[in-house]
Amino acid sequence: MSTHNEHTPTHAAVPAGAHHEHDISHDPGLYLRTLIALLILTVITVAAAGVHFGSGTANVVIALTIATIKASLVALFFMHLAHDKPVNAIIGVGGFIFLGLFMLFTFLDVGSRVPLLPNNMPAMAQPTPTPTTLNPLLTPPPAPLAPAPSATGAAGGAAAGAEGEHK
Amino acid sequence: MSTTSIDLQPHGGGHGHEGQDPHFQHHFTTMEQQFDTSKIGMWLFLATEILLFGGLFVGFGLMQGRYPREFVEAHTYLQRSLGALNTIVLLVSSWTMVMAVHSARTNQRKKTVMFLAFTIVCACIFLGVKYFEYSAKFEEGLLPAKYYWHKENSIPACPAGPATATPTIPGCTHGYATFFAFYFMMTGLHGIHIVVGIALLTWIMLRANKGEFSGAYYTPVDLVGLYWHIVDMIWIYLFPLYYLIS
Amino acid sequence: MEHVVKSGAPVGQRPRPTKNYLNETTGIWSWMTTLDHKRIGIMYLCGVLTAFFIGGMFALLVRLSLLTPTHKIFGRVLMDAEQYNRAFSLHGIVMVFLFIIPAIPGSLTNFVLPLMIGAKDVAFPRLNLASFYLWCLGLLMALTSIAMGPVDTGWTFYTPYSTTTTGAVPMAAMAAFVLGFSSIFTGLNFIATVHKLRMPGMGWFDMPLFVWGMYSTAVIQVLATPVIGITLVLMVLERVFGIGIFDARMGGDPVLFQHFFWFYSHPAVYIMILPGMAIISELMPTFSKKTIFGYRAIAYSSVSLALVSFIVWGHHMFVAGQSQLANVVFSALTFLVAIPSGVKVFNWLTTMYKGNVSLETPMLYALTFMITFGIGGLTGIPLATLATDVHLTDTYFVVAHFHYVMMGGTVIAFLGGLHYWWPKMTGRMYSETWGRVSAVLVFVGFNTTFLTQFILGSRGMPRRYYNYLDQFQPLHMYSTFGSWILALGFFIMAAYLLASLRKPADAPDNPWGGTTMEWETSSPPIAHNFEEQPVLEHEPYDYRHRVTV
Repeated sequence: MSTHNEHTPTHAAVPAGAHHEHDISHDPGLYLRTLIALLILTVITVAAAGVHFGSGTANVVIALTIATIKASLVALFFMHLAHDKPVNAIIGVGGFIFLGLFMLFTFLDVGSRVPLLPNNMPAMAQPTPTPTTLNPLLTPPPAPLAPAPSATGAAGGAAAGAEGEHK
Repeated sequence: MSTTSIDLQPHGGGHGHEGQDPHFQHHFTTMEQQFDTSKIGMWLFLATEILLFGGLFVGFGLMQGRYPREFVEAHTYLQRSLGALNTIVLLVSSWTMVMAVHSARTNQRKKTVMFLAFTIVCACIFLGVKYFEYSAKFEEGLLPAKYYWHKENSIPACPAGPATATPTIPGCTHGYATFFAFYFMMTGLHGIHIVVGIALLTWIMLRANKGEFSGAYYTPVDLVGLYWHIVDMIWIYLFPLYYLIS
Repeated sequence: MEHVVKSGAPVGQRPRPTKNYLNETTGIWSWMTTLDHKRIGIMYLCGVLTAFFIGGMFALLVRLSLLTPTHKIFGRVLMDAEQYNRAFSLHGIVMVFLFIIPAIPGSLTNFVLPLMIGAKDVAFPRLNLASFYLWCLGLLMALTSIAMGPVDTGWTFYTPYSTTTTGAVPMAAMAAFVLGFSSIFTGLNFIATVHKLRMPGMGWFDMPLFVWGMYSTAVIQVLATPVIGITLVLMVLERVFGIGIFDARMGGDPVLFQHFFWFYSHPAVYIMILPGMAIISELMPTFSKKTIFGYRAIAYSSVSLALVSFIVWGHHMFVAGQSQLANVVFSALTFLVAIPSGVKVFNWLTTMYKGNVSLETPMLYALTFMITFGIGGLTGIPLATLATDVHLTDTYFVVAHFHYVMMGGTVIAFLGGLHYWWPKMTGRMYSETWGRVSAVLVFVGFNTTFLTQFILGSRGMPRRYYNYLDQFQPLHMYSTFGSWILALGFFIMAAYLLASLRKPADAPDNPWGGTTMEWETSSPPIAHNFEEQPVLEHEPYDYRHRVTV
């Protein structure tokens, strides 16, 4: 691929849409160097996957970090964000930021769930009787449940009918 | 309150040829404004793509948290070499794409067509490898969700009916079925975007061949390029998550 | 009487152009292939008003069924339980996806925003037309789903019911998917327009606040809507392929669906209210003949509402099985998101203070908004508070709350904007007397319908229930009577608005004495908006240099 003789913008038709002042951004040499960097990073990430870095999480973190570096190279140089008007970069990064918020709060919820059964609510381990009518004026309310004993006292593994997380 | 008279014929800022450029849209005042606006529009669309795929990544991450062992085991059934090959193919296609944009911008018609053609070839190679991968999966029974049966079936099917106390019954097929459901959904959606990309690239290549693009107007090549790079970027994240976890 | 130029308007009416955007080209094909944002806005207006009518009919059916606990009208049962479920589901789906989300952006904003910034059109006129056609496709798909079979999941499509029930759920979900893309493209268009097509001299802080509100709305549209797209696709795929992401029997998590769903649907309610607030920001200064109080505060609060709205979605899931930590975090953030709304309300009130307030129909709607949106917003606080939400969630209290903010907020503001810009869009003035009558009927009818529902909810009446305890009947009755008063108000409104179209198009350029750019051109505007490219001449809402008669 010839990269040395394409660097002649024809000023007879000065690109109205191009960035006159930024010839650096459109340097084919830069594109080629970016590609080489991307290929090297690919080799690195495949190699790193074979090495066990302690926990499985560490491997994931390393792989995603390398992926982010590659994505940044594509964005900055192939997509010209490094030399473009900042609004485009704000939009692109903004998309990632809001995706990150979605991930953050969802993982926050899922990650901090404590199973309700069976330790905390042994009284719920027995099914509640189904009332014959829904009208509270006709049926006396059910007796209040006994307070839960301490969590350490209850036997684990009492597999009840319903799962605690899905009400 | 009167409006100050300003001639609506665009003459400031541009280079005087906006009026003659057949691609100039008249609700703009200069070609540069039109180009910048088009770019903003494209980036906004790319942000929506990030969030669309991002939702699938979130779902995948959460399911991985739910079935850590099954997901890690299921990963081994994906062929890492093919994934790496596809990654390299897409990276090269990104490079040929940006070279095509550069050639269009510098008035090199033949090079533009050539680089666009190379990009399309790379995309087709990607799809070919994907076809090979998919057919291997189909043969082995590594199918999504309820169709999962796996040839080497030492894994018991999960019991039907109401779920029991623990969401994952160790060793049953839920985790694998879900893994492959996500695999096909995400690579499938990505593949659909590649197909659309091939269509767009072909269209642009035909227009480039007719000499439509130049330094004064190469917006469509630039915008298709941005789309293509996002497709590449999505694969850059898909590849490690699916092929490199062990 | 109907052609009086209101005090504060520039003296003297410019000669009326013979050709305007309505009669420049004729024939249905010229409308169907138009790229003119004004024509697209009018087509959208006809569409969303049709959707409002359809959704309203479902609402009247629901309220009629709830008139008595036995559902009998004149001795015959109106609907059985499944039909009732379909009625409220379709009411929600049609109203949310076909009316309230696209209404203001598609109709009023499309028409007015380019005029306000002195532009000739939006950034991408063809995309604008495509957005409208996608809306039409969504309408067709929604109607198809009604015909195909029961959609009784509620507009929220919660799993596992939506993934296991028979019926036309996939078609309805795909209709929402298509409508989502219509919304995305509209938002994309407006963001690009506001960034690049402002007239010379108009910086960000010279724009009318309507533009700030619509820009913030557009940001939400672009960022949030793709997630509902993928959510609906995942739900449909789960039905078809049995993936097991949302269904607990297959090892999935139904709460995950709710996370996906509400990540869009909470910002979506800000897509609904921000345009309404944007309209009120226009009505308040115009009908108080006084510059807006706290321009920057309102501008910043619009943007911050848009951004903070993305991190509060869990408040719809307090009792769904979310973790306690997430509950606390979302509750605290929800209190935070109430602040910008409060800032705006106080600024509008202060705008009126010592202003020359005149009570034309648009202002009557603006004042209604202050009351009904105020109630709606304040009743959100007990819902944001964990301790009280446990009792109020899934009761009529929630139904009343969101009707107060969505209808008492967005719809009321939409009606205010519709009346405000009616002379600009059509070139005709409607009957002011009937406008006021209708506004009063809407106010009385709306409050009768929904104020009672707060009481119903706090006393334990659950939402979406087909039957209820006898003790709730009086309140349900009042609510149903209110719905009839409301319907009467709307029918009268339709009548006088349509009647106004039969008059000659001789409304003044600036009947209300507004200071924004749309009033500088003819009513209706010429096809390319302005005779000459306008340039910024004064600050926004500058009433100091107006000649008041």
